[in-house]
Amino acid sequence: MTAPDASSDLETGMTGLAVRLRRATKIYDTGVAALGPFDLDVRRGEFISLLGPSGCGKSTALRLIAGLGAPTSGTVEVWHRPVDVRGTHSIGFVFQEPTLMPWASVWENVRLPLKLSRMPAAQADTRIGEALAQVGLSDFSESYPRELSGGMKMRVSLARALVTDPDILLMDEPFAALDETTRFRLNNDLLALWRNLRKTVIFVTHSVFESVYLSQRVIMMTARPGRIGAEFRIDAPEPRGEEFRTSAEYAGFCRTVSQALAPSYQVQAGA
Amino acid sequence: MSLEKAPSASPASSGQAPRILRIVLPIAVLAGGIALWEYAIWRYQIQPYVLPAPSLIFRTLVTDWRVLFDSLITTLITTLEGFAAAAIGGIGLALLFNQSKLLEYSLFPYAVILQVTPVIAIAPLLLIYLPQTTAVVVCAWIVAFFPVLSNTTLGLNSVDRNLAGLFQLYGASRLQTLRYLKLPAALPFILGGLRIAGGLSLIGAVVAEIAAGSAGAGSGLAYRIAESGYRLNIPRMFAALLLLSVAGIVIYGLLALISHLVLRRWHESALGKES
Repeated sequence: MTAPDASSDLETGMTGLAVRLRRATKIYDTGVAALGPFDLDVRRGEFISLLGPSGCGKSTALRLIAGLGAPTSGTVEVWHRPVDVRGTHSIGFVFQEPTLMPWASVWENVRLPLKLSRMPAAQADTRIGEALAQVGLSDFSESYPRELSGGMKMRVSLARALVTDPDILLMDEPFAALDETTRFRLNNDLLALWRNLRKTVIFVTHSVFESVYLSQRVIMMTARPGRIGAEFRIDAPEPRGEEFRTSAEYAGFCRTVSQALAPSYQVQAGA
Repeated sequence: MSLEKAPSASPASSGQAPRILRIVLPIAVLAGGIALWEYAIWRYQIQPYVLPAPSLIFRTLVTDWRVLFDSLITTLITTLEGFAAAAIGGIGLALLFNQSKLLEYSLFPYAVILQVTPVIAIAPLLLIYLPQTTAVVVCAWIVAFFPVLSNTTLGLNSVDRNLAGLFQLYGASRLQTLRYLKLPAALPFILGGLRIAGGLSLIGAVVAEIAAGSAGAGSGLAYRIAESGYRLNIPRMFAALLLLSVAGIVIYGLLALISHLVLRRWHESALGKES
């Protein structure tokens, strides 16, 4: 229902930039040039994917946006303000691993961001309840991470990212370690959440199929140091569901992106 | 076929029988050893001042119970004080080191020196400079604090990198990071260190009591052993030794139990194989 609104907002460009990177580079202390120079514009409410081979700097870009490191040169802006290396509360981050605290229950894990910002308990409890409901884990609040499956742990991680009601959701290959069935289901749930909550999502993945299925825009990165190799708009009708996954249109997008990706991995294989 | 069978067959054959055997076998060895010992004493008419029979040791334990029990309590109190000091000192120092690298660089070498110098060689010096009751506790502390320190340090440094990033992302203060992330993550390591420290503080207490020897007014179990040795009261030596050993086992068992209870909800070490 909200999807048509979102796409029309995007076309008119009225909603402004959520994230903006200009000639951002990252060179680690070890001398490894991981990123850039890298330019990126993400509009409010947009779902984009950063696609590329392992070690191409996708995660580095994400960490810069999150403020988990400073760029070596260039600028990283969120809502038109430079990213402070100290925490930014309007960002939710989902790592490749669930990254849960094994000593704490699901409830306590989701509560963490609110506890750190010292939110009053009553208000926090409501938020936690909502976040757990959004990912379908209301019945598991007392469980411990080790008692959950890989997919469920990822849902907890997602709930924790959503609990602060962030404007921007950064996801670093969150479903890469899951089996395909679970990944497909989580893809659909994520799309539903995105449609309902209208977050800006930057999704890092190395799967062409996942990036095409989820995003409005796929940004393909070249091998290290990561730069933009190509960009694709996935102009498929919303809302997308399982029928999209099996459609000729989806296959067409995947073929286009795969063909563009081919030179980059051939270069890599030769190197 | 053999590939399929192997994994399922081996746990079954090695999983059930040993469970009982692991309890029965040590008891059988103990009983057999005591019986053989008793028989040898009787068969060769060995005098009690050479080697007392188990039955005599047991009788001594009963007749000398008042003296031995008082000594046991004295030694246990020393051990407990040393252990508490080691726990507080070790964990506290590790926390300080974790907050300030400069402090760690300045002090850690001395912690190592304290650890590698044999306590039995330090004890006589301590007894010169400190009142005996204090010296004994300090000895127990010296041997016991290092495993707590090094384990806690290791634990505080083995925090998941992404979780640390998450704390940074949400603007956690130093204290919050310590309280909600580092300490819980270090807990299994700390408990492991405490388990080692429990046994070591008993050793420290005993070493100090022996070093104090006849000079002191102490009346711990180790002092009893030394004193009984001078008087050739060998059965009492054995009885005191038995009590010390039992005390060590109980201390270890208690700490292992506490560790298990604290960690059982989440840590691999406390989980059954089936999960």
